[in-house]
Amino acid sequence: MEHITTPKVEQVKLLDRFSNRATAGTLYLTATHLLFIESNTAASEETWILHHHIAVVEKLSLTTSGCPLVIHCRNFRVVHFVIPRERDCHDIYSSLLLLRRPASYDDLYAFSYNPKQSEQQRVGGWQLIDLASEYERMGVPCDHWQLTDVNRNYKVCDTYPRDLFVPVSASKPIIVGSSKFRSKGRFPVLSYFYQEKKAAVCRCSQPLSGFSARCLEDEHMLQAISKANHNSRFMYVMDTRPKLNALANRAAGKGYENEDNYSNIRFQFVGIENIHVMRASLQKLLEVIGTKSLSMTDYFSGLESSGWLRHIKAVLDAAVILAKAVTVEGASVLVHCSDGWDRTAQVCSLGALLMDPFYRTIKGLMVLIEKDWISFGHKFADRCDQLDGDPKEVSPVFTQFLECVWQLTEQFPQAFQYNEWFLIQIHEHVHSCQFGNFLGNCQREREELRLKDKTYSLWQFLLNDQENYVNPVYQPGFSETHPVLEPSTLPFSFKFWRNMYHQFDRSMHPRQSVLKQVLSLKASNRDLEKAARALEAKLQKQGVFLSIAVDSKSKDPVHPVRPKSLILSAPLNCKEDEQKLSVCGSVRTVEGSSSDQNGYNEEEEEPASFTKPEPTLVSLERGVARMTC
Amino acid sequence: MEFAELIKTPRVDNVVLHRPFMSRVEGTLCLTGHHLILSSRQDSNEELWLLHSNIDSIEKRFVGTLGTVIIKCKDLRIIQLDIPGMEECLNIASSIEALSTLDSVTLMYPFFYRPMFELIEDGWNTFLPEQSFKQIESLSVFTQWRWVVKDLWPTLKISLSETSDSVARSCVAHVRFLGPDPNPIYFQVMMRSGQPLTGSNGRRCKEDEQLINATLRAGKRGYIIDTRSINVAQQAKARGGGFELEAHYPQWRRIHKTIERSNILQESLIKLVEACNDQSHNMDRWLSKLEASNWLTNIKEILTTACLAAQCIDREGASVLVHGTEGTDSTLQVTSLAQIILDPTSRTIRGFESLVEREWLQAGHPFQQRCSQSAYSNSKPKWEAPVFLLFLDCVWQILRQFPCSFQFNEHFLILLFEHAYASQFGTFLGNNSFERGKLKLPQKTVSLWSWVNRPQDTERFLNPLFEANSLVIWPSVSPQSLLLWEGVFLRWNRSSKCLDEAYEEMIHIIEHNKELQSKVNTLHRQLAELETEDVQLETP
Repeated sequence: MEHITTPKVEQVKLLDRFSNRATAGTLYLTATHLLFIESNTAASEETWILHHHIAVVEKLSLTTSGCPLVIHCRNFRVVHFVIPRERDCHDIYSSLLLLRRPASYDDLYAFSYNPKQSEQQRVGGWQLIDLASEYERMGVPCDHWQLTDVNRNYKVCDTYPRDLFVPVSASKPIIVGSSKFRSKGRFPVLSYFYQEKKAAVCRCSQPLSGFSARCLEDEHMLQAISKANHNSRFMYVMDTRPKLNALANRAAGKGYENEDNYSNIRFQFVGIENIHVMRASLQKLLEVIGTKSLSMTDYFSGLESSGWLRHIKAVLDAAVILAKAVTVEGASVLVHCSDGWDRTAQVCSLGALLMDPFYRTIKGLMVLIEKDWISFGHKFADRCDQLDGDPKEVSPVFTQFLECVWQLTEQFPQAFQYNEWFLIQIHEHVHSCQFGNFLGNCQREREELRLKDKTYSLWQFLLNDQENYVNPVYQPGFSETHPVLEPSTLPFSFKFWRNMYHQFDRSMHPRQSVLKQVLSLKASNRDLEKAARALEAKLQKQGVFLSIAVDSKSKDPVHPVRPKSLILSAPLNCKEDEQKLSVCGSVRTVEGSSSDQNGYNEEEEEPASFTKPEPTLVSLERGVARMTC
Repeated sequence: MEFAELIKTPRVDNVVLHRPFMSRVEGTLCLTGHHLILSSRQDSNEELWLLHSNIDSIEKRFVGTLGTVIIKCKDLRIIQLDIPGMEECLNIASSIEALSTLDSVTLMYPFFYRPMFELIEDGWNTFLPEQSFKQIESLSVFTQWRWVVKDLWPTLKISLSETSDSVARSCVAHVRFLGPDPNPIYFQVMMRSGQPLTGSNGRRCKEDEQLINATLRAGKRGYIIDTRSINVAQQAKARGGGFELEAHYPQWRRIHKTIERSNILQESLIKLVEACNDQSHNMDRWLSKLEASNWLTNIKEILTTACLAAQCIDREGASVLVHGTEGTDSTLQVTSLAQIILDPTSRTIRGFESLVEREWLQAGHPFQQRCSQSAYSNSKPKWEAPVFLLFLDCVWQILRQFPCSFQFNEHFLILLFEHAYASQFGTFLGNNSFERGKLKLPQKTVSLWSWVNRPQDTERFLNPLFEANSLVIWPSVSPQSLLLWEGVFLRWNRSSKCLDEAYEEMIHIIEHNKELQSKVNTLHRQLAELETEDVQLETP
């Protein structure tokens, strides 16, 4: 690779960002990864950082021990290297700047990634998710909704997919007319069909209404959507922006629907902030939680001033409103924001997740992401900073969606087939550019890139590892009793997602994971059942009649006891962790829990006196915590 | 005094009970000397029995002749009773008020309660201090330690035989050995005490210095952890208290930590509960109220100090003396949590009970004063403080971080919280062993442990994930790792049905695993027996 001048640096130190513990090792720079291998221990631990994950590389000013290089990753890993020679540091630094974001798609990892699969498997991976059959599952086409070929060649809207569902009564001229009245031509189309009430969730972008403009076709279009649902005399139009933002857009010739011009619509703002506010919010959050020896007060006030949980609540609030309107009132809802690819995607997909148990399964979440995010043109390339683009286009919109799903899994631990590792893994690969799924900004671009011919699909990769992503307490029956989830959106129902934002900060996690434990018990149950069957068969061969039977459901459960959340965490990589455990066997602690990592004595002021300092006591000056290292 | 005098209206019909997340119940309200009972009369299970001593405050409102009494309980629950008739309502309210604020301890329910269960093991005798110290005493290392029995605080203690009994304070030691075989060379002592009474003129006490210094052998170092900030400790001098000067205790190093004192803690609890009950606010207000309550700051401070004490012992191999002012509040939080961290036995049910007995009850934590009011009381707090609740919360935090290392579950901690504030058992009555002795509690009341330790009752407090873990467990004290204890503070504010069901499912998976394992073992055995039979048949 032409960008790599120094492929290997020895005697590099890796500092823990919270405890200042340092480990020595060797740093390697490859075409795709930055790799750090610890040198001292027997099971030398490896840290792999994919270039595309790197968000920011900082070279700090030179210190006596070397040149510090701090790397912030999109998957929330923060590493702090100290490189002995400044020249090496500079080489690595400048290489990384070039490597982390290539100028063209062809240089992304997905085009060189080769997991040793056959061509057949690769193609199979891409066929896993089929949106046509998903629409069929929803119950369209039907009497009132049909597939339109108006966008076959991406002529009407180049950021929409080819196959779109519209009301039967919406003729082509109406569609084309409406698309001309909508930002980026993103006219109202079906996103989710709630069969039970024949109510539709539709999505579009803002109308180009300015202060007074009207468009008869657009009005017809909305009427057609409303008329397609006989259960309700009106439909809701949900503008997911704060009213102020929508008003400001009017001056630019955009804006929102005037209730007087559209028959039977009920218009509503729900007030989710724009991508810039969200980007700044996450940045603030990460700053706060990255602070060393953070006090409780600063943590809470930082959490508050970052606004992150407020935004998460706003998104979920909107989804709850949407789900209620559809399932309780049986009304159709049209959702839009400005361009209809960020907030609209969040609200439509979460709304569908609340209404339809299918999306709470592993396959279902994949379908939901394919439909509402990938096919409808959420700009993954821009939002996730895949290429060297405009930093103002970057925003954690999809991360917020995943977090909202996580918040729901915490409230309804039995409703979801997947666990939080699944969500974290998806997040990891949205940014890794290792698979083709999330490359580019819209379907048209993806087709031009010929991703299905040249890259692998993430979904197959995740399914291969499925047992790690299964929620062990998932109850398929839960969806029968709770087809529609009604989450609480009171402020105290929202928690900080430590396992996402601190996924690489081992010292912060519970040292024993309930999830891991129960998953392994489930696996052991499967093995035992198999063993039992084999033994029974053997016995039967010997002519023994069996009387022991274990009925898995017969046992009365012990008293229901107030539980903690079950989705307790563990470090993401379980295998790595088990190795870890054996290594630190000499220290009498559980899974890397150690007193010196935690810095209990961080703020301890210089003690007044020990008159006769002894060798062992010298390091006591800064408190006991450091001494034992 | 007769309870009947206080009960103006013993019975009202057509009362409606409202509870959060439960359907309303209409029925008959009865007042007895110790309970408020509401029974729907149709369905025997629709009954509410509420101890008067659980009532923290009551409010009454009237709309026409329909009165409403809102009862706020010490376990943080809030219930509402709609009572027809103004006079009845007023009578009921004033009776409850009188009955829930009885002065005399001997009128409390534990003195009247007769257990409905068979006493298998009398909890009053389960954790006698003699037993826990006898074990220590039997070890040769401690020949210089001996028993001292005193009237006041604490009942039994270990002090050094060569020093006189009239020391300025008393120490209680918890001895910990490294390794399974108590090697007399390696041992550390954790002691607690009250502050030294140095006063403003720097009084010294030869015996105290002797006692403290004698616990360390030559060349050994010890740490004195003062749970007050240096300023507070300085101020204490003016009131006759103070702290140890290094010059007089040369082998000891003093570390000051800041754990808040009682009235500040009580305020913290009131603010926290207020924040949790206010459902009207937005995210920003919730977070700022949570922050302003300082509850989790207190948790962090206590845990940090406990970890420090444990660290001195485990990592430094040093002995530790912990004290604050009286040695009955923050001191106990620190010493008991340090034992949870270090000592695997204290993470079992029995071990934890023994810890509560030793480090809280026998150590003289004034339960009656501290727990006489909870978060809803209107009266100005005097001695009330959620010191014990904070300790339980800290244990819960560690339990959350080490979910497989505790034999008990969260429910056990909640039980202790409830019973510390209102109970049919005598365990938490009185302020110290002396008072409990005077009240003759073992003779006149039933111990909580008698009930909890019955196998059929213990079962619900068992942690299904428990696997004995002999290691030291170091919790993380970073703010991101500490959580609001929803099981206590949001218990009545949200439905926990989904979480409960998920927990049951988890238990089911674990039980199923055990069953399968035993099934496979049985089959293996059967097969092996058959095979040996076959062999026998083949070789006559």
